[in-house]
Amino acid sequence: MLSKDEVKHIAHLARLGLTEAELEKYAEQISAILDYVSQLKEVDTTGVEATAQVTGLENVMRPDVIENCDSKTMKKLIELAPESEDNLVKTKSVFE
Amino acid sequence: MNLNQLTIKQANDGLKKKEFSSVELTQACLEQIKKTDKKLGAFITITEDLALTQARAVDKKGDFSKSLAGIPVAIKDIFCTAGVKTTAASKILENYIPPYSATVVEKLIEQGAVILGKTNMDEFACGSSTETSYFGQTKNPWDLGRVPGGSSGGSAAAIAADQCLYALGTDTGGSIRQPASLCNIVGLKPTYGRVSRFGVIAMASSLDQVGPMTKTVEDTALVLQAIAGLDKKDSTTVPKEVPDYLAELNHEIKGLKIGVPKEYFVAGMDPAVEKTVREAIEKLEKLGAKITEVSLPHAPYGLAVYYIIMPSELSTNLARFDGVRYGFSAKAKTLFENYLQTRGKGFGAEIRRRIMLGTYSLSAGYYDAHYLQAAKVRTLIKNDFEKTLTKIDCLITPTSPTVAFRIGEKMDDPLTMYLADIFTISINIAGVPAISIPAGFAKPKDGATEMPVGLQLIGKQFDESTILRVAHQYQQATDWHMKKPSF
Repeated sequence: MLSKDEVKHIAHLARLGLTEAELEKYAEQISAILDYVSQLKEVDTTGVEATAQVTGLENVMRPDVIENCDSKTMKKLIELAPESEDNLVKTKSVFE
Repeated sequence: MNLNQLTIKQANDGLKKKEFSSVELTQACLEQIKKTDKKLGAFITITEDLALTQARAVDKKGDFSKSLAGIPVAIKDIFCTAGVKTTAASKILENYIPPYSATVVEKLIEQGAVILGKTNMDEFACGSSTETSYFGQTKNPWDLGRVPGGSSGGSAAAIAADQCLYALGTDTGGSIRQPASLCNIVGLKPTYGRVSRFGVIAMASSLDQVGPMTKTVEDTALVLQAIAGLDKKDSTTVPKEVPDYLAELNHEIKGLKIGVPKEYFVAGMDPAVEKTVREAIEKLEKLGAKITEVSLPHAPYGLAVYYIIMPSELSTNLARFDGVRYGFSAKAKTLFENYLQTRGKGFGAEIRRRIMLGTYSLSAGYYDAHYLQAAKVRTLIKNDFEKTLTKIDCLITPTSPTVAFRIGEKMDDPLTMYLADIFTISINIAGVPAISIPAGFAKPKDGATEMPVGLQLIGKQFDESTILRVAHQYQQATDWHMKKPSF
C-alpha cells in the first residue's frame, strides 16, 4: 500500500494539484492497480529484449529543414494561448 | 427506409444514380440527430452548417466516383478538425479550436466527405464506457440505462442509432472494438502504423491506432482504403503499399484456418456471451473454415502490461497541458502553482489517476521493475501472436467478456472497469489488426433486454484483408448486423 506521502510525491512530480481527500482515494486505488500489475514479476524475461516499436521501424529520418509557418496559422496559434502579448505567448516568470 | 439508415455502399450507389442528393442524405442524418441526441448524447459538437456546405459543394460537382463523396460521417472528438472545436472530452481543451486537421480528416475531406460533428468519448480516450467525458454520458441505444462502451462510445452509438453512415474512432486497448461490440456495429483496429495518427490527440503513442466504425464490413473496407497509407507527418506509418481491401472480400473462406485461443475462454466470461460466440464459430465452420484450438500462453499478462505501458506513455503525452500555450489555464499567481491548479482542475479523476500511475512507473527506482519488465513481457505477447499466426490464418475470440453494463456500475472500481478490455488489449500490445462484428444477442445477468454480442477476428500484422474477408463472409451468411435498436 502506498503511503499518503508517496502519493503526494508522485503528484508533485506529475504537477497535479490534489486535495487531501483525493490523495487518500488515489493511495488506495493506485495500490490496488499496482498489486494487480505486480503479477508481471512472475514472468521469466531472462534474455528477452524490450519492445517499444511493434512493427520494427527504426530511426525514421527526414532532412533537418525548417518549414516556416504562414502568418495566418501563426496568428491562430498565438490566439490559442491563455495570455499573449506582442505576438508572443506570455507566461509567468520561471525564477521567483 | 430512411436515407440515414443506408450503408456507405448503398448511399454511394444512390448518389451515383441520382436517386437522392448529398444534401438530402445529410439532412436525413441531421434530422435524426435532432430527434434522438437529447436522449443519446452521442455528439459533443454538431457542425450542421459545415455539413450542409460540404454536401452542397459535392452535389454541385456531381462526382461520386470516390466511395465516400457526399457521405455524412461523425468524427470522434480526438481528431483535430481545423476551425472546429476539438476537446478530447476534457475540460482542459473545452475551448480548443485547432488551426489544422488530422491527416485522416484531410483524406476524408479530399474524398468529399460531409462532416456532421464531433462525437463523445471517454476523456482523452481513457475509459471503456464513455462515462469519463467532461460533457456527459453517451447512452447505449439498445438500452438507455447501459453504457455504449468506450472510449469511442459516441461514434458507436451514433452509428447504431443511424445518426450518421459511419464514424472514425481510435483504439489504444479496445476503444473501437469494444463499443462496436456493445452497440452492434463493425469496428476495425488496423495494424499499428497502417493509418496516420498525425493530428490525433495522443493517448499512448506505441499503442494508438485510428480506424473505421461502420454498419457493415464492406463499408469498413471502403473507409480503410481511403485512410490507410504512409504519412510523412507520422513517422510510425509504414512505407508499405496499401492493398485493394475490396478485392478479396467475396472470396469464400473454405479451407481457411481459424484459431481459437484457449486462454480467451476462461472464467470471467459471461456464459451467455460464450454461447453466442461458440455459435458464431460453428457458423464459420459451416462456411468451410477449419477451426483449431491454439494457445497464446502470455495473453493473461496483457492487461498488466497495458496498465504499465499505457499510463507511462499517457503521463508523458499529457505533460504538454501546462496552461501556458493553449487550453484551460487556472491563471494562478506563480508558474508552479499554475501548473498544479491547471492540471488538477483541468483533468478529470480517471486521467489524474492514470497520470499518477504512469509517473510512478517511470520514476527513479521503479523504472526497471515496472516499465522495463512490462516492455519485455510485451515482446513475449507479440511473439505468441507471431508464432501462432504463422500456422493459421486468423484468430477468433469474443470482443468483450460481457454485454453492455449499467451506467455507473463500474465507476468507483477502476480495476473492474479495466477488465472490460481484457480481450482487446493484447492486440494493441502486439500491434496486429483486429475487427469486431455483430454476432448475436445475449441477456445480461441483471436485465431482461437482450444486448448485442461482438465477435473479434485477429490477423497478422498488415493482413487486414484476411480478417475483412472472413468478417464479410460471415455477414453474408448472417443478419445480426442488420438488427436495429428501438429507443
